[in-house]
Amino acid sequence: MPTSEDYEGQVPAWCPGCGNFQILSTIKQALVELGIEPWEVLLVSGIGQSGKLPHYMKCHTFNGLHGRTLPVATAAKLANHFLHVIAVAGDGDCYGEGGNHFLHAIRKNPNITLFVHDNQIYGLTKGQASPTTARGTHTKIQPYGISSEPLNPLATAISLDCSFVARGFAGDQEHLKELMKAAITHKGFSLLDILQPCVTFNKVNTFRWYRERVYKLEDEYDPYNRIKAFERSLEWGDKIPNGIFYKNDKETLEEMVPTIRKEPLVRQKFSIEAVKHEIDKFY
Amino acid sequence: MEVKFLDYTLRIGGEAGQGLQTIGGALAKIFSRTGYHVFTHQDYMSRVRGGHNYYQVRFSDQKVSASRDMVDILLALDLNTVEIHKKSVRDDGFVLYDSETIKKKFEGPEFIDVPFKKIALDVGKSSIMANTVATGAVLGLLDLGLESLKEILKSTFKKKGDEIIEKNIACAKAGYDYVLSNCPRCEGVEIREPEGKKLMLIDGIQAIGMGALMSGCKFYSAYPMTPSTGILNYLASKAEEFGLVVEQAEDEISAINMAIGASFAGVRAMTGSSGGGFALMVEGLSLAGITETPLVIAEIQRPGPATGLPTRTEQADLLFILYAGHGEFPKVVFEPGTPEQAFYLTNRAFELAEKYQIPVFIQSDQYLGDTEWTFENFDLEHLIYNDYRLREKDLEGIEEYKRYKYSDTGISLLAVPGESGKHLVVADSDEHDEEGHIIEDAETRIKMVRKRLLKKMPLIKKEIEAPLLYGDPSPEIVLVGHGSTYGVIKEVVDILSKDRKIAMMHFSQIYPLSERDRFDYIELLENAKLAISIENNAMGQFAKFIRAETGFEFTHQILKYDGRPFTIENLKEEVDAYL
Ligand SMILES: Cc1ncc(C[n+]2csc(CCOP(=O)(O)OP(=O)(O)O)c2C)c(N)n1
Ligand code: SF4
Repeated sequence: MPTSEDYEGQVPAWCPGCGNFQILSTIKQALVELGIEPWEVLLVSGIGQSGKLPHYMKCHTFNGLHGRTLPVATAAKLANHFLHVIAVAGDGDCYGEGGNHFLHAIRKNPNITLFVHDNQIYGLTKGQASPTTARGTHTKIQPYGISSEPLNPLATAISLDCSFVARGFAGDQEHLKELMKAAITHKGFSLLDILQPCVTFNKVNTFRWYRERVYKLEDEYDPYNRIKAFERSLEWGDKIPNGIFYKNDKETLEEMVPTIRKEPLVRQKFSIEAVKHEIDKFY
Repeated sequence: MEVKFLDYTLRIGGEAGQGLQTIGGALAKIFSRTGYHVFTHQDYMSRVRGGHNYYQVRFSDQKVSASRDMVDILLALDLNTVEIHKKSVRDDGFVLYDSETIKKKFEGPEFIDVPFKKIALDVGKSSIMANTVATGAVLGLLDLGLESLKEILKSTFKKKGDEIIEKNIACAKAGYDYVLSNCPRCEGVEIREPEGKKLMLIDGIQAIGMGALMSGCKFYSAYPMTPSTGILNYLASKAEEFGLVVEQAEDEISAINMAIGASFAGVRAMTGSSGGGFALMVEGLSLAGITETPLVIAEIQRPGPATGLPTRTEQADLLFILYAGHGEFPKVVFEPGTPEQAFYLTNRAFELAEKYQIPVFIQSDQYLGDTEWTFENFDLEHLIYNDYRLREKDLEGIEEYKRYKYSDTGISLLAVPGESGKHLVVADSDEHDEEGHIIEDAETRIKMVRKRLLKKMPLIKKEIEAPLLYGDPSPEIVLVGHGSTYGVIKEVVDILSKDRKIAMMHFSQIYPLSERDRFDYIELLENAKLAISIENNAMGQFAKFIRAETGFEFTHQILKYDGRPFTIENLKEEVDAYL
């Protein structure tokens, strides 16, 4: 059985007190509790504070470009669906720069897990608005206040019939861990949006601000009801629900591709002999 | 132009949607199966229906590698075709048309009025078969027999049943017979049956697709863009049979990142696009560069800028590809001149990409992509396949694995993630240390740049072959080309070599340039009285590149940038002007 030490990576270079620390330690715990070994995990990330997370762990890692996490993760899964592929991204990374990939990865439904560190701000580039920053918020770049409506990732994902949609809070690690485990074990594309306070640049959505507002979806809540899920995903303000909003059990991308049903692509041997007759078709 | 051998050109013109490709494709196949050498090229507008398009088939008992302007037979499916192309019909040529369909009768010995539609209705009970009648009529004019066409009709309509096949065969025969009995002048058409055997007929795009397939490519991701879409179509059609995954990505940014993701995870991967689509891939190209992920990229040019002329041809992305990518990293650029070269260079692209863990380009253009050529065979024994990746067993003896370990060659071992219980593979787009983790210190940066770029590049350069010299071995006149101009330059050299010391120098392995110690091609150019660079673009990009890399400056250039390829007549005329 793996232990948390097995997953221990480099020393994080985040600001003291940042919500990312809780996310990091919770991912390790979730993987350990699921009995998944580091060599069975591929963590794919983009660029941002969240993008550095794989370096602070020990497992297979692909730290790619800003916003491009999901295409890399999707294809890696297609090439080897035995790997647990987990994508980590920031809100800017995933909903801004990578917005198109976000929509289409949900549509394709690869069996991968996406953790979005949603701090409602651009951390690494020092405090610009992100797609989830509230309208009217003032930043250096938006001195008159942000004019755009914030993106609602949960509602967006539910509208696309995403296979698994959940939200957790970095400040409630126990709950977050359960959500992570559910997301990793869910078959299909799983989105877990994580409320992550950025203690340096986001002076509004602080740990305290969240603690006063977040609550868990009721035990009787049925995550298979899409309309209800959509309704609950719109709740944001004095009360912010967390938990698994929506689930469905549809076929995954890998299941839909006939060539990899039996064996992962990466295990399929190639021999020129097998394809040689292809040339006859040109006579 | 004097022609000693049999050399026939057939042009089929009409609107998009009228079935030009079906007729032209069938005829080209019939000629190649009969043993003729064939060269076809297409000229079409960017529309699904309407407009004016044509499909040209040149066939000969000698090798042919380009198109001629003048035609022997014009098959006109609409009035527009007759009016645009009748001046291109040679004096002893023919125009086949249906006066009832195009509502105009033409006088003159070259015009043969065949009621395609009426025959189709009478014999096949459907006007849809008019194209089959027309195909039969062309064969009748050449008196080539109907056997090959029958075979093609049988396989084309296999799914539609015997009745449809029989009707089509009857229509083809009726067209054939009609021309035989209604064209007294046709008696004079003497077609020599070739002595050779069945030849294969293949276009540049198919050759790239088949090259990828036979190189063990397992993953292809792309977003459709003319003229690169054919590769996507070809590989998708082979996916199930040969076990590959072909993904239509949401955009080109995703396409290249997917190919990188698949390659990282352990399979040979490729992506492809045309100018504008590739522009979106450039960020990902750099990612392949810094992460040292093997990747093959097909860039099939169309004229730009931006969306340019979607269905036309140009070689104007060369400098863009050569300099694409932010930062410095090694890459290789191939630009094949024939489908055969496209096939082998695609194979070499995979070999080099995997061996050096770099991006390798197959750059081509609409012209080569769409032109069909005949070959006796491709020698499959020449294909290379080396698996450079460490899998299960290979990892057993390795105590400590570092993805970016320094080495004398700059090449670090490439392990496949998930193959062993202890080796972890860490790749990073940030500058990193040997293990793949982010660093910022100057010393590691220098070491990594040396490893990734400075050590690998000289080794890669050694693998690049010298340009091809065709014609006189110590020429006074050298016509220099790269990529798709190969065929036309070669034929012009053939024509001019009768009374001149002339040669073609053709580059298909463009970057890095081959070393000059084995064959000093620059010295050869310096010694020639006249060295002319011939390019399908307006800025002379290849000449600029040669000057930047070698200091050699071309004093003469022939440039064509109307979106069309060179034809033999038009290139010869331009060369003649310098002689
Ligand atoms: C193509 C590209 N554009 C811009 C950047 C600069 N950049 C790096 S991180 C970032 C935003 C980070 O915000 P977010 O994704 O929310 O992550 P956080 O740092 O808050 O975790 C930007 C704009 C980049 N690296 N690449
Ligand atoms: S800037 Fe914000 S998100 Fe980034 S490390 Fe500091 S606190 Fe965390």
